[in-house]
Amino acid sequence: MRRLKLERLGWIFMRVSGFFLIALIFTHLIVNVMQDGGVHAINFAFVAGKLANPLWQWFDVTLLWLALIHGTNGMRVVIEDYVYRIKLKRFLLGGLLVSTTVLIVLGTLVIFTLDPCPTGAAAHLLPSFCTTG
Amino acid sequence: MKVVNYKEERVVDTVTRTSRTVIAGTLYRGHEGMWSWVLHRITGIGIYFFLLVHVLDTATLRISPEVYNGVLGAYKTPIMGIGEAGLVGAIVFHALNGLRIILVDATKWGTRFQRPMFYVVLGLWVVLMAGFLPRHLISVFTGGAE
Repeated sequence: MRRLKLERLGWIFMRVSGFFLIALIFTHLIVNVMQDGGVHAINFAFVAGKLANPLWQWFDVTLLWLALIHGTNGMRVVIEDYVYRIKLKRFLLGGLLVSTTVLIVLGTLVIFTLDPCPTGAAAHLLPSFCTTG
Repeated sequence: MKVVNYKEERVVDTVTRTSRTVIAGTLYRGHEGMWSWVLHRITGIGIYFFLLVHVLDTATLRISPEVYNGVLGAYKTPIMGIGEAGLVGAIVFHALNGLRIILVDATKWGTRFQRPMFYVVLGLWVVLMAGFLPRHLISVFTGGAE
């Protein structure tokens, strides 16, 4: 019964998070990759400049958490569909949980602790506000 | 007797032919519902593994500007550019078909129209990719300003 309730929660989560992920990911793609120069225009100065803004911090953290949990739950379903050997299944599910936890913690820390103007770095690699202000 | 035999032969012949047809027909090649499920699963798994790598490459921001720019340089090659086209194609399909799944689950009419909705998904996918691909591929192969 408890298991069933959890499965139902997961089912609802996939639909709700999926809906919001569409808006988040397409905004993410348009802002980062559809700018002039595409992927060539992305570098430390661009990303660190964006992440100096709390709005983008919260945007990216929401995207990180929703995408990772959505993807992990999807992979869990795939593993449970195809892997019948109990030990292998436990190993894969355990690895999935560990890697997701590590990536969520790592990503969240990077977003909130990134110094856009690290001391000692070459000025031309940094966002313009590091030198002007 | 001969007539009976003749008739029996015809009957057997028909049964054989029919059963052959039936056996060939049991190879399930799927309909729109199955293929949308297969594509949703494959694109989902692909996007998941990109996400793992993408969080890690972004995390190198925290090491130094030089290291991050170096790691990102790996994305600025034509081979990765083609991979990115595939990634965007996978994301667009997963997003559109995801909306179709939500409609099938949440509305009364969704199940009845799941098949036409799959063709709407494919059509929108073609339109969106036609808008994205030329721009992306030109940027990839003309190098873009570094």
